[in-house]
Amino acid sequence: MSSRQFAIQFTVNGQSARVEAPPLKRLLDVLREDLGLTGTKEGCGEGECGSCSVRMNGALVNSCLVPILQVEGSVVETVEGLTVDGELHPLQQAFIECGGAQCGICTPGMLVAASHLLSHTPYPTVDEIREGLAGNLCRCTGFIKIFESVISAAAKKGSQAHAR
Amino acid sequence: MTASSNLRTVGTPQLRKEGVDKVLGRAKYIDDLEREGIWYGATVRSTIPRGRILAIHYDARVDWSEFVIVSAGDIPGKNHIQMISADQPCLADGQVNHCDEAIVLIAHPDKRRLPEALAAIYIDYEPLRAVLSIEESETQEEIIWGPHTSEGNIFKQFHLEKGNVDSVWAEAAYIVEGEYRTGAQEHLYIENNGAIAEYDEVTGITVWGSLQCPFYVHKSLMAVFDLPAEKVRVIQVETGGAFGGKEDYPSILAAHAGLLAMKARRPIKIVYDRMEDLAATTKRHPSRTRHRTAIDKNGKLLAMEIDIATDGGAYATLSSTVLSRATLHSTGPYVCPNIRITSRAWATNTVPCGAFRGFGAPQSIFAIERHMEQVALAVGLDSDEIRRRNFLHDGDTTATEQVMVEPVILDTLLDRALEVSDFHARQSEFARLNPLSPVKRGIGLAAFYHGSGFTGSGERYLNSLAGIDVTTDNKVRVLVSSTEFGQGTNTILTQIAAEALGIGYEDVIMAPCDTGIVPNSGPTVASRTSMVVGKLIERAGRQLVTGLRQDAGLLDNYSTQDFFTSCLRYRELHGKVESLCRYEAPPNIYWDDQHYRGEAYPAFAWAVYVAEVAVDTTTYSAEVTNFHTVQEVGRVLNPTLAAGQIEGGVAQGIGYALYEKVLYNNGHMLNNQMTNYIMPTAQDVPSISVHFEEIPFAHGAFGAKGIGELPHDGPAPAILNAIQNAINQSFTSIPLLPEDIFIRVTSDAHEQEQITV
Repeated sequence: MSSRQFAIQFTVNGQSARVEAPPLKRLLDVLREDLGLTGTKEGCGEGECGSCSVRMNGALVNSCLVPILQVEGSVVETVEGLTVDGELHPLQQAFIECGGAQCGICTPGMLVAASHLLSHTPYPTVDEIREGLAGNLCRCTGFIKIFESVISAAAKKGSQAHAR
Repeated sequence: MTASSNLRTVGTPQLRKEGVDKVLGRAKYIDDLEREGIWYGATVRSTIPRGRILAIHYDARVDWSEFVIVSAGDIPGKNHIQMISADQPCLADGQVNHCDEAIVLIAHPDKRRLPEALAAIYIDYEPLRAVLSIEESETQEEIIWGPHTSEGNIFKQFHLEKGNVDSVWAEAAYIVEGEYRTGAQEHLYIENNGAIAEYDEVTGITVWGSLQCPFYVHKSLMAVFDLPAEKVRVIQVETGGAFGGKEDYPSILAAHAGLLAMKARRPIKIVYDRMEDLAATTKRHPSRTRHRTAIDKNGKLLAMEIDIATDGGAYATLSSTVLSRATLHSTGPYVCPNIRITSRAWATNTVPCGAFRGFGAPQSIFAIERHMEQVALAVGLDSDEIRRRNFLHDGDTTATEQVMVEPVILDTLLDRALEVSDFHARQSEFARLNPLSPVKRGIGLAAFYHGSGFTGSGERYLNSLAGIDVTTDNKVRVLVSSTEFGQGTNTILTQIAAEALGIGYEDVIMAPCDTGIVPNSGPTVASRTSMVVGKLIERAGRQLVTGLRQDAGLLDNYSTQDFFTSCLRYRELHGKVESLCRYEAPPNIYWDDQHYRGEAYPAFAWAVYVAEVAVDTTTYSAEVTNFHTVQEVGRVLNPTLAAGQIEGGVAQGIGYALYEKVLYNNGHMLNNQMTNYIMPTAQDVPSISVHFEEIPFAHGAFGAKGIGELPHDGPAPAILNAIQNAINQSFTSIPLLPEDIFIRVTSDAHEQEQITV
């Protein structure tokens, strides 16, 4: 990897960010190391587990597969940006109430993927949830309580407004 | 237990204690932590399964002065990882016994410099003949572990006799034989293993890690560093899944990080990437189980002869206790007057196998529950009826002559399972529709128990200590070394403490899981936390309330405010508010370790699971389409967490049965990536119904028994029984992949053709 540093500017959770980084440094590492946003986790480093899921320009991506050069000028949303005015996002609340989080390591990516799903499908069926979360692995829950969490969050009033 | 209606906190779906931190992404796992001046460590591993190390070369193109390098010679104490035996080196010294065994450690301030440095260290070997399977190990032609006698290559063996097995074969109406195999399985916790270590001449070594058993690591570090207990401190940080995979391995990783820290005089972090974690850390023991069973004309078991062999890998680690549990679960939940069980754990030159949810039970339960299906066919009885006729009941004895003194309600569980799954109606419906479709559907069941807590005298040896204290700022803390890694330890233990103290759930917190602060409440394994450690917390809570009543004026019907006022008074008198309790075995528990007789477990969790499958005869893929679980686990302490344990265990069991195959090439894991080691995704897990029957167990916390491992035991046999129901093929080995079904079905069709011709 070239050690030459590039200045990259982008938006994270509504705030402007500027980092100096090698162009192929992974977005995951920039978030965690340069910006201190350690909510985004690494599970496999090859785009299989979804623990590092973030939204980039409205698309759900695995941040371990995105070189930082590609992020220039983009809008990135991570788990740290889910709360609304300091309040838990309905999905975050539902994951706590329904048991959607166990060990918690997949939870940030799962929440980002679920919020992405609700942003285009506000009232998903279980099959739509299965498909929407198929790229996010959870080894603890067997997914059932995650499905229940998403359904519960979607059913709550105002979920549409929150699911950006 | 009569007080169920009075329980305020126990039995309610209290929210996960650390849930808010987890959903906000602010819970700190090991890779989220840094220390001032930290360096990063990496590991040079063996590339051959067995051989002598002749030389280690460091390529001159790398400036090694920038690195810290550690090998076996740098170990100040004993070069072994202290588990049950002390056979596993911390770093290979002169010889390697499996692929991916650690030989050299390096550290550098820039972790991106590590891969090139690892690639610049070459090792010369003199290869030795490797033993790579149970069958090769059994020949004892090459002894790779233990004495060069008939005991060679055997980590542990058990022999159990009940009644007189040899007397009944002649009178048996049916004799059924079978051989069943299970493969290795990877835990696939989503957070890889990791640790941070600091070393200081005065204070000693401190390790932070993703781990299950802080005092296992503590004990192991004392030996490696030759330090007294007070100079070793182990702190568990938020742990992203474990399932047994962080029971023994963290002792190795902690030692590695510590050795580098000692030499570098800096904090060291080692976090494995997925490929290294998959290749180098423990797996579930592969197994081969042979059954020979005598049955009378009414379908009653007359004799069971069982032979179990497990593949333990290169070092003993936990193989003996895994084998013990496999042995003690191998007869299933059935009563049989004549039983002989022989079991052996064999050494091979593969990565050591270790603990994994179920700990030997899923292997032997797969065998017996597949075997009972063949017994049913031989006798001409339905799957449910053959089991019903042989179930254990109150007063019956197990293979170890343990008398069932606690209620056994297998009949109720079976009835309920048949009812919720509509078993017989579904079976008839599938039989009617299958001829019309290339997708063949089937339904199958499995009945089983899981012993709660350590086997036999294990809990007595552990002698766990746990308790509660109240800090000067009125924080009620649970003092345990029991760890949270998703299963709900924090929540359950604070619920129990709150209940016993008569205060609110929100008034109780967990003390930091730091060996410098908490007592040794034993390892977080063996479905023992709710039942055994929970009971200690319940007793400690009641003891504290009694103390407050006697010494500090606490009255009946006290408020939370009264409680804390009385704590203040108690502190003035005693200097601190603390209540600790040590393990006491339930009365009338007798265990003979020599002959493996007596009370193997103080309590059992019981279950009947039903799987529905669809086998596509054009793609040969099998999928689980519906799953029902009915179980009795004593008092359910938290219904949300309990259901979560069952659903998660079933999903892992589905993976064990149909997806998860560890492929080895000359002892090295070939598919050490999430791309090709396949676990069930959100699209593969069916609807799972969860039903509890509750019979409170007097010696568990507020009636609780073990729950965590039970759900991994039943899915695999239930699924393969359902596949047999769907396509009339008896598969005896897992994982069962589409290619296995393809080979069987097409070769059968081929044979049919040849016969016709």
